[in-house]
Amino acid sequence: MTPFTKIPTHIEDLLELRNGATSRRDFLKTSGMLVVSFSAAAVAAPFVAGVRAQAAGLYPDPNFRQLDSWIVIHQDNTATFYVGKTDCGQGTGTAFRQMMSDELDIAYKSTTCIMGSTDVTVDQGGSGGSDAIQTDGWPMRRVAAEARRVLLEMASARFAVPVDQLAVSDAVITVKVDPSKRVTYGELIGGRRFNVVLTGNDINATTGLAKVKAVQDLKIVGLSPQRYDIPPKVDGSLKWAVDVKLPGMVHARNVKPPVAGAKLVSIDESSVRGIPGFIKVVNKGNYVAVLCEREEQAIAASRQLKVNWQKPATPPFPTSENLFSYMRSAKPTSSQAPNVVGSPDAALAGAAKVVEAEYDVPFQGHTAFAPAHATADPSNGQMTIYSNDMKSYGLRNGVAQFLGMPREQVRVVWMEGPQGYGRTAADDAGFEAAYLAKEIGRPVRIQWMRQEETAWDTKGPAFTFKMRGALDAQGNLTALEYNAQSADYYHLGYNEVETVLIAQLMGTRRATPAAGSAATPSDMYVIPNKRTATQVVSLPLVWETPLRTGNLRDPNGPQSTFAAESFIDEMAVAAKADPVAFRMKLLTASTADDNGFKRARSIAVIKAAAEAYGWDTRSSPRAVGTGNILTGRGIAYTYRGQTVVAEIAEVEVNRRTGHVWVKRLVCAHDCGLVINPEGLRRTIEGGMLHSLSRALHEEVQFDTEKVTSVNWISHPSLTHLDTPARIDVVLVNGDPNPNRPDLPHYGAGETSCKPMIAAVANAIYDATGVRLRRIPFRDARVLAALKGAGV
Amino acid sequence: MSVITLRVNGGAHTVDIDPSTPLLYILRNDLGLQGPRFGCGLGQCGACTVIINGAAVRSCITPTSSVKGEITTLEGIAKDGVLHPLQQAWIDEQVPQCGFCQNGQIMTAKALLDKNPNPTDAQIREGMARTLCRCMTYYRVQAAIKRVAEKSGKGVTA
Repeated sequence: MTPFTKIPTHIEDLLELRNGATSRRDFLKTSGMLVVSFSAAAVAAPFVAGVRAQAAGLYPDPNFRQLDSWIVIHQDNTATFYVGKTDCGQGTGTAFRQMMSDELDIAYKSTTCIMGSTDVTVDQGGSGGSDAIQTDGWPMRRVAAEARRVLLEMASARFAVPVDQLAVSDAVITVKVDPSKRVTYGELIGGRRFNVVLTGNDINATTGLAKVKAVQDLKIVGLSPQRYDIPPKVDGSLKWAVDVKLPGMVHARNVKPPVAGAKLVSIDESSVRGIPGFIKVVNKGNYVAVLCEREEQAIAASRQLKVNWQKPATPPFPTSENLFSYMRSAKPTSSQAPNVVGSPDAALAGAAKVVEAEYDVPFQGHTAFAPAHATADPSNGQMTIYSNDMKSYGLRNGVAQFLGMPREQVRVVWMEGPQGYGRTAADDAGFEAAYLAKEIGRPVRIQWMRQEETAWDTKGPAFTFKMRGALDAQGNLTALEYNAQSADYYHLGYNEVETVLIAQLMGTRRATPAAGSAATPSDMYVIPNKRTATQVVSLPLVWETPLRTGNLRDPNGPQSTFAAESFIDEMAVAAKADPVAFRMKLLTASTADDNGFKRARSIAVIKAAAEAYGWDTRSSPRAVGTGNILTGRGIAYTYRGQTVVAEIAEVEVNRRTGHVWVKRLVCAHDCGLVINPEGLRRTIEGGMLHSLSRALHEEVQFDTEKVTSVNWISHPSLTHLDTPARIDVVLVNGDPNPNRPDLPHYGAGETSCKPMIAAVANAIYDATGVRLRRIPFRDARVLAALKGAGV
Repeated sequence: MSVITLRVNGGAHTVDIDPSTPLLYILRNDLGLQGPRFGCGLGQCGACTVIINGAAVRSCITPTSSVKGEITTLEGIAKDGVLHPLQQAWIDEQVPQCGFCQNGQIMTAKALLDKNPNPTDAQIREGMARTLCRCMTYYRVQAAIKRVAEKSGKGVTA
């Protein structure tokens, strides 16, 4: 079995094109053979280009305990890495190549990386949780180190000299005392299998006998090779998941219930039979789709189909205007026992000053730049799904379960798509394409429409917060209460069948849904008395709802940090303290640290951010000026896992219009060992601006029966006009021993999202003296708050 | 259905289609182009942008029968195997995250610079204001446009 067998050649070529010039297909063309097997039972056999096996075959799971599943060395002395991750546009594929090239001792340019296709790459879970570098990078490094070790042993046998008398550089091994004795990796094993068994209880623990290199010995890690996926993205040559075309393929569009919770009564198929190319209406339960030969025909049919729906007897949810009062009065569906430190009640009772505040965060959607889409091929009684699903392995498992097919008959070919960030953790279109393809026995391409996506995609949970804080007479923060309530329900995130809309519309329910969750603050502040409590509430309609919750980039982090870091600022104001100095005092009140030195690194990022910004020490607010434009600056700090971050926003607030422009951003960021600094900077910038969009613009709005914010007018997003004039990203290494050889690499895909909203709120307060406790900070809301305060 | 001839990237293509079909679907599904993409179908995001008669046009809301001029897509702006300066600047600046919107960013920027080779920062912001990116790469998009504009100001053709 070879990678990509039975994928149409034109798609395979373009999948490979993304991976650089020295691709596997180039190898096929030049060498005429490739020997790769991903099944432990399979017998390696020569494979001649152009005589591809087209017969049906099962799709076994690549065995992660076989070195050959991870690395293939080609005869031309290049290597291909196969990893079970996907790249949502943060350049992780480039970073994987850097890490693995370094351990293997091969030039970066001589490598390629294949990601996330379930029958070709080991199951590392796809993307999620910013774990690509932090967690999955380790087995990648170890298997590459193991391949290097095995190659050195082979050279040792060939030259009859001990391994320690060999040198290796750029995939060439030489005898140290006689460099004329040289052999390349390609000469040693090109086109053949390692047949080396790895160990480890699970894929994350996968290892061979070799140890990874000390940080000081890494040569490619820390450089910034340009992302290999960018050239085909700017010249139009990349084949995206939306571009898949298959022989006999038809087009599908969904017909969604007009209001949430509606039940299908009847369908009048005669209303669309006259549309050219019309094939069929597919219906099960409340799921309805139309299939046509051409895409525009399917769109027309979906609009024209007459369906009789029955509205639910009771409203599925409160209006978005009434959401927070509903949440505050709702009985929690689950509560966590409060986490109590010290005696917060006593501290509050005895305080010189007590501050209370409530914060609200609405539902916010993914509103991916392109709607959900997938193409499925049911040929040979199997199922291939061409998908941009960041969690392609979960999609495979979920679809197999949903369709009642053996896993071995289902595979997902991962291709690039729009804006990952969690939307495909419940990959509606992947399930729908597979279901429809099985129904009609032809390949089906489905894509949602914009209004459908913005209304019905998964949403980040809404939150309400209640905070109380106590200051003593010296302005010390002596107690803090944090109470968070989220509107959440059955929010899992790995393509579990019941999380996907088509399954819900067909009536699938899980008897005991997961409870959902509400996040707690992530900081290293020393506060002697604390109470931290969280509850989850449900809206009346929990299934088949457009307010279905899901993982939105840094799930719950921006919400909880908005409340937590706004409130720390409020306490600093009450203490008449500088916001940076107030935080530093809370961080330096103890020297106790965790294994990752998070305290030391927290202090370092705040110092670095303040220095990069040119922070002037003073309390907030500044004296409000007399002109139309009021300026101010705000800071917020947090961590995610072991990655720590401090961000400073400088704002201009127009007191006549309420318009907020974030003119300048500074981010100090410590994610340990940096693999690709330039790639990291852009990921950090994107994360900051993503949350800036959530701070300024984004809110899911709804009446009592449907979402009403459904396109880029009714659901605005950040634009070029909002872009800061200047963004400074400072990469910090605050480890107490920054040069230690085992400096870990932590995740960076989401941390910079987390404190941004609070930094902006704190800056608006500094500029205007008005505290905004509900996002988004749209012009009308800001203007009303300014007027209300007499600014 | 009716037979329509489209001139695209220097070639001519004849298709037999419903003439009211938005140009986007014809370019993608009949002509096999993949630079212009579906983002909203409402002319609000820019993913489907092509250039017709020097103007950036949203092909998702443009009836195919209404197209009179030569259509240029992202695939057609490189010349003789050399990337357009904007495409090169996009690589130099490492602009994209996911990259799905970048067809719209590049094609809108091209139409902007073709009319005004040395735009001010404010003109860049205004000219790009309706071209969305949900990875929020705006800061790098603007930097890449400035790279090309600055080179243009020094006599290099944009």
